[in-house]
Amino acid sequence: MSTATTNGATAARAAKPNPLAAVGTWADERTGLAGLAKKQVRKIFPDHWSFMLGEIALWSFVVLLLTGTFLTLWYKPGMSEVVYNGTYDQLRGVSMSEAYASTLHISFDVRGGLLLRQMHHWAAELFIAAMLVHLMRVYFTGAFRKPRELNWAIGCLLLLLGTLEGFTGYSLPDDLLSGTGLRAADGFTRSVPVIGTYAEFFLFGGEFPGDAIISRLYVAHVLLIPGVLLALIGAHMLLLVFHKHTQWPGPGRTNDNVVGYPLLPVYAAKAGGFFFIVFGVTALMGGLLTLNPVWRFGPYDPSQVTAGSQPDWYMGWPDGALRIMPGWETHLWGFTLSWNIFLPIIVLPGLMFTILLMLPFIESWITKDKREHHLLQRPRNAPTRTATMVALMTFYGITWMASANDILAIKLSLNFNDITYFNRVMVFLGPVLAFLITRRWCISLQRADQDRLLHGYESGIIMRSPEGAYAERHLPVSETEAYTLTARDREEVPALPSAADEDGVANRKVHLERLRVRANRFWFGSNIQKPTAEELEEARHHADHELQQISTGSEPHRLEAPELESSDPGQKD
Amino acid sequence: MSTTPHDGPTGTSPESSRENDLPAAMERPRADAPAVHPGDTMADPLADPGLPAHQPRPTDVDPRLERRAERQVATLFGLSSVFAVLFVISYFVFNIGPKPTIIAGYGAANIALGVCLGMAFLLIGVGAIQWARKLMSDVEMVEMRHPAASSDEDREAAISSVMAGIDDSGIARRPLIRNSLLGALGTAALAPLIVLRDLGPVPGDKLAHTVWKKGMRLTNDVAGTPIKPEDMEIGQLVNGEPAIFYAKKADGEPVIEGTELNQAKAKAAIIIVRMRPEDITPAKDREDWGVAGILCFSKICTHVGCPISLWEQQTHHLLCPCHQSTFDLGDNGKVIFGPAGRSLPQLPITVDSEGYLVAQSDFTEPVGPSYWERG
Repeated sequence: MSTATTNGATAARAAKPNPLAAVGTWADERTGLAGLAKKQVRKIFPDHWSFMLGEIALWSFVVLLLTGTFLTLWYKPGMSEVVYNGTYDQLRGVSMSEAYASTLHISFDVRGGLLLRQMHHWAAELFIAAMLVHLMRVYFTGAFRKPRELNWAIGCLLLLLGTLEGFTGYSLPDDLLSGTGLRAADGFTRSVPVIGTYAEFFLFGGEFPGDAIISRLYVAHVLLIPGVLLALIGAHMLLLVFHKHTQWPGPGRTNDNVVGYPLLPVYAAKAGGFFFIVFGVTALMGGLLTLNPVWRFGPYDPSQVTAGSQPDWYMGWPDGALRIMPGWETHLWGFTLSWNIFLPIIVLPGLMFTILLMLPFIESWITKDKREHHLLQRPRNAPTRTATMVALMTFYGITWMASANDILAIKLSLNFNDITYFNRVMVFLGPVLAFLITRRWCISLQRADQDRLLHGYESGIIMRSPEGAYAERHLPVSETEAYTLTARDREEVPALPSAADEDGVANRKVHLERLRVRANRFWFGSNIQKPTAEELEEARHHADHELQQISTGSEPHRLEAPELESSDPGQKD
Repeated sequence: MSTTPHDGPTGTSPESSRENDLPAAMERPRADAPAVHPGDTMADPLADPGLPAHQPRPTDVDPRLERRAERQVATLFGLSSVFAVLFVISYFVFNIGPKPTIIAGYGAANIALGVCLGMAFLLIGVGAIQWARKLMSDVEMVEMRHPAASSDEDREAAISSVMAGIDDSGIARRPLIRNSLLGALGTAALAPLIVLRDLGPVPGDKLAHTVWKKGMRLTNDVAGTPIKPEDMEIGQLVNGEPAIFYAKKADGEPVIEGTELNQAKAKAAIIIVRMRPEDITPAKDREDWGVAGILCFSKICTHVGCPISLWEQQTHHLLCPCHQSTFDLGDNGKVIFGPAGRSLPQLPITVDSEGYLVAQSDFTEPVGPSYWERG
């Protein structure tokens, strides 16, 4: 306001007052947000179905906040003993904790209570599933690369906290199944060396089960963890807005721009509408699909259990690791170390989380790539990375399957000991096999792309040569497709530095660099590089010639099929 | 304004670039082509042909279809209202509680409420997305990116501001202040930590003992009735508890109840099995721990503490339903499969003067999951 302006502008605006603008002006005069709004209101987001996966996670978290708030109106996080007098006949007159009684009350005596409970639980299953799938999308497409490594780390934390939030949540009803889960958690805590029993007694307020754990889990579940989740989700979204969304390469879609539709109105309608869809689907699931029928399990009793006890699906993989672990225990100098519990349930999740967190940093160390990347990569164009995630997924899958070894044994009429032996081997062998197969598979797909680029697509036109041999004509791909297929980096494999430095003395730095270069060669070494302009020009020239033959109907002078193989420059390695 | 529709004034007209044949397009840099990063190989070997021209949708060119889409969206929103009203009606019409409304074998209230709420929300979402897809502009727009980093000047200015601030504070020059402050902060952190101390008592030797003691009767865990050896058939398994759980004080109140009872149960629950004596190979010091082939073991798994009760009568194996540790009760509760590390503790039993099964003592080792101090 320091420079003088004409008073014309003010007068013109006053001519026909716009109520929305008036509200905006009022707010801006107090907050100064117009500068920010100017940039963000019409912010551009690119469109692709896979960008919706994170949205499912976001909106199911909102569903969790909404339904969870309603549940707190009736749920009582207490362990004092009450005698149930509600409407569920089978449990009337039974002693149980306040927590379980109030869960039954919500399920049977609050109209819509069961719906809210089931929606809340379904939304939790969806929340974690969507986060996992979103994580895989981000990893497979290279969307975690600079400048988005921090958002990857925040995402990993969200997954970890979401899992803890789920565990604390499904432990709250204090039914027989969730109590069994807590009993196991007590055993896990106790297995920690040195401080185990102290951690256990402090957590449970004394010996298991005590009378404190439910209210402690409750405060973690409704206050502490959601608070952190909310803050991290906020940071995740802010960084997303700041970085602008990644996009797939294509004509006009470069590393320096973002092409798509504006936030207002298109994404306000699409993403806003998607919240209603996620909410609606969750409500339909809550209405139609029974989940965690706690009334059937009965109240928790430390001397009771049901066969087929399992945690919620996302806790399955460490539970599976626990099941296939051999019963190793070390007794030394009067102390006990329970490897059989400590390794699979305390060390392994921490290790897997660390690996997940480090993936972007390991890759950027290997590739030495410090550029900003806003264009996504197809999984096939990063074979080693894709294979790494598939190996991790295989490990997850095997341990997850192992957590159902009793159910599998019954359903498949197999010996569960055999299933366990199988899983003990596959948990190591499976990821290695998956890695090797995926990597070669990706490279084969790269070759297929290369063929398509250089020799065109299969036209379905069968030509007969004068000799009577048959061959299919290939037609060149469109300009758009050709550009899209080649819009990726040309990777250069560095030479191995000599083992000794200038003075002829080997030092640690050189060793590390050699290790890095070796890793880099492994990372990129077998990849198929896109053709050069000359190769492409030559192939096009050749294709034009063929095309002409087809269009004029003249017969080919000779059969081309064998040449397809040998002229592939990608196979030079 | 950084945002421009691609066919706006600053974009290359897609039509013109399409008319060009490829070699020409490769030679001619686009007017709005961003500066290529050093090492950026995206535009090699083919030049970026630029955004394709916008293809109008049927609703863009045909007013009838446009109106039809408008009606579709309005219908979806209208139906949503209908379902919201039906939700309210269902809330009052369908009973829960003692006399729930049952339709076709299902509780009507939950299904009706879920479907109505679901449809009410789903239709708003579908309507909004239909609106966006059919009627809102689908002209793609281009926004330029900027490096995530601030400019070098800004960064240097920020760093020098921080350094100037630190210099002004003199924290580097006054180690006495710095160290005493760090000490004070560290000491202050003791306060919240020490308060956590009362989260629970220290373990002591609580985990090593249960309520079992010499002469305490074994009772079944349904009615608390004591058990005589002749009550049990060969191959039978009885889930048991110590008699004290069912004992009453003079005033009729239970001796142990509430939290204390649950804590005691978590350690003292037992299983009593009767096997053929020839199937049992007792360890050296355990020859007299059973009564006529009746043995008593802790019910609490030595793995992570689940109560065990899957009894394979023929093989006298006991299987934990949580993680499938398998114990051979004929062989002193030894682990024969699964992740458990220790045998199932055995409770030495005998019969009292009235012929009921009683404990000879407490368990001779801690029951349940292992822990550091267990030895």
